Amino acid sequence: MRNFSSSRWLRFGLKPAVFLLALAPIGLVVWDAWQDALGANPIEAVTHRTGDWTLRFLLLTLGITPLRRITGWRWPMRFRRMLGLFAFFYATLHLATWLVLDQFFDWQAIVEDIVKRPYITVGFTAWLLLVPLAATSTRGMMRRLGSRWVRLHRLVYLVAVLGVLHFWWLVKADVLEPAVYALILSALLGYRMFANRRTRLRSPVTA
Amino acid sequence: MLIRVKRRSDPKPSELTPKSVYEDRRRFLRTAAVAGASAAFPGLLVSGAARAGRKLPRVRHNPDYSTDETWTDYDDITSYNNFLELGTGKEDPKENAHRLKTRPWSVAVEGECERPGVYDLEDFVKPHRLEERVYRLRCVEAWSMVIPWVGFELRTVLKAARPTSKAKYVAFESVYDPKNLPGQRRRILDWPYKEGLRMDEAMHPLTILAVGLYGEVLPNQNGAPLRVVVPWKYGFKSAKSIVRIRLVEKQPPTTWNTLAPDEYGFYSNVNPEVDHPRWSQKKERRIGEFFKRRTLPFNGYADEVAHLYAGMDLRKYY
Ligand code: HEM
Repeated sequence: MRNFSSSRWLRFGLKPAVFLLALAPIGLVVWDAWQDALGANPIEAVTHRTGDWTLRFLLLTLGITPLRRITGWRWPMRFRRMLGLFAFFYATLHLATWLVLDQFFDWQAIVEDIVKRPYITVGFTAWLLLVPLAATSTRGMMRRLGSRWVRLHRLVYLVAVLGVLHFWWLVKADVLEPAVYALILSALLGYRMFANRRTRLRSPVTA
Repeated sequence: MLIRVKRRSDPKPSELTPKSVYEDRRRFLRTAAVAGASAAFPGLLVSGAARAGRKLPRVRHNPDYSTDETWTDYDDITSYNNFLELGTGKEDPKENAHRLKTRPWSVAVEGECERPGVYDLEDFVKPHRLEERVYRLRCVEAWSMVIPWVGFELRTVLKAARPTSKAKYVAFESVYDPKNLPGQRRRILDWPYKEGLRMDEAMHPLTILAVGLYGEVLPNQNGAPLRVVVPWKYGFKSAKSIVRIRLVEKQPPTTWNTLAPDEYGFYSNVNPEVDHPRWSQKKERRIGEFFKRRTLPFNGYADEVAHLYAGMDLRKYY
């Protein structure tokens, strides 16, 4: 793993590669839209795909710390912010799809849904909570906020829980898919509880 | 008697796609596909069994019971389906269509009637003159289509069975074949799928048993070989792949209503005023269109069916 840790390789090789890879899902959506391959209900397809990727990027982000702790590698930490920001990116696309394509700025319907439909309330809350996290993701903000940054960014656990709950509440009958996400999330959060109990946190930015 | 009223929702003739244009295109594509398949698998087409894509003979278009709105694209009707027996994704039923064995197929008519019977599908369908009915279909998930069904009125079947005075409801039961149907391997729903109608709803001339669409044998993913179509109710009331029609005295248990009674009522008439607990029913997206449109009470069939519910509180009996 010496190679991976070399910061030249990280900066100019791995990071751009992961960045491009993280754009692939939206690239595929655009490609399919271009090819008219989004199926009979393209708006629903885009909503679902962006929603799926929001949740996946959230879980990937939450997977970084356990990966680092278990393997002892430090390099994965260099990807945590990028993955977190991609979660926010996809969440914002997902929300925009809903606001623009689905509801087409029908503000009355939008407000009504946010207030009345628990799954939307929960999804919207999750997105709102991601905003301050994205806004304070810079190195400067990290430094300025210090230990408060760590506390603030613990909100991501709540966001992920709300994200899974959102999915769980929107399916009609078969909860298999949200259940799989719930299981993965429980493993990621459970690991932290387990690990935190055993050892004190060594690094102040380990959230 | 049904009086045809021009509705607001009906488009002007100029908005209609000339039927021949897209039919020609689709027929060409499908003829090409069938030709290709039969070249690859000789014998496939001479099996004698009715196959999806085969033209149904002597179908009479019934303009009195048809909307003249633009038909939803054939590919959309056959690739965007809620048919959980064939998978939970919208495109799963098309992909798994071959898993549904539609021959041999028998239909039982039983319960509170003088002439119960179990019929082979061909015998069951043969006595009926097939009609084309172009109906709106409004899914409870707030999307809709316009589908040219081919079928016959359910009431002719019921009358022939001679219901007794105790027959107050009709219960439908769909196919149960967990060996072949991938969706039935897990208990997503309480299989087999069950639906039901009140007797007067079942006897209404708009209620049909469909065996085809677009003039052709019903594709498996759309509920082959025989399904109910009740156009003024949410789509899930129109049970697919029917094997049993039972006349009963009490309101029969129905699948979605049993699973989530606060979300899916027994009646489930299309009603923009009563929201699904998780989403609004005020509007719908017509498949193929970008902007949502307003949902009409009874899916635009209020003139024909509203009287069935006179005096009923439709918020309570949603
Ligand atoms: C962190 C925030 C969020 C996450 C993780 C998330 C995740 C998801 C997931 C996984 C799905 C299901 C996709 C599928 O079925 O394949 C979904 C669907 C959906 N989400 Fe979100 N979502 C979030 C925020 C939002 C927000 C802010 C809104 C709108 C206000 C929203 C509205 C929807 C809608 C309308 C659907 C489709 C529901 C349906 O088809 O029945 N979501 N979301």
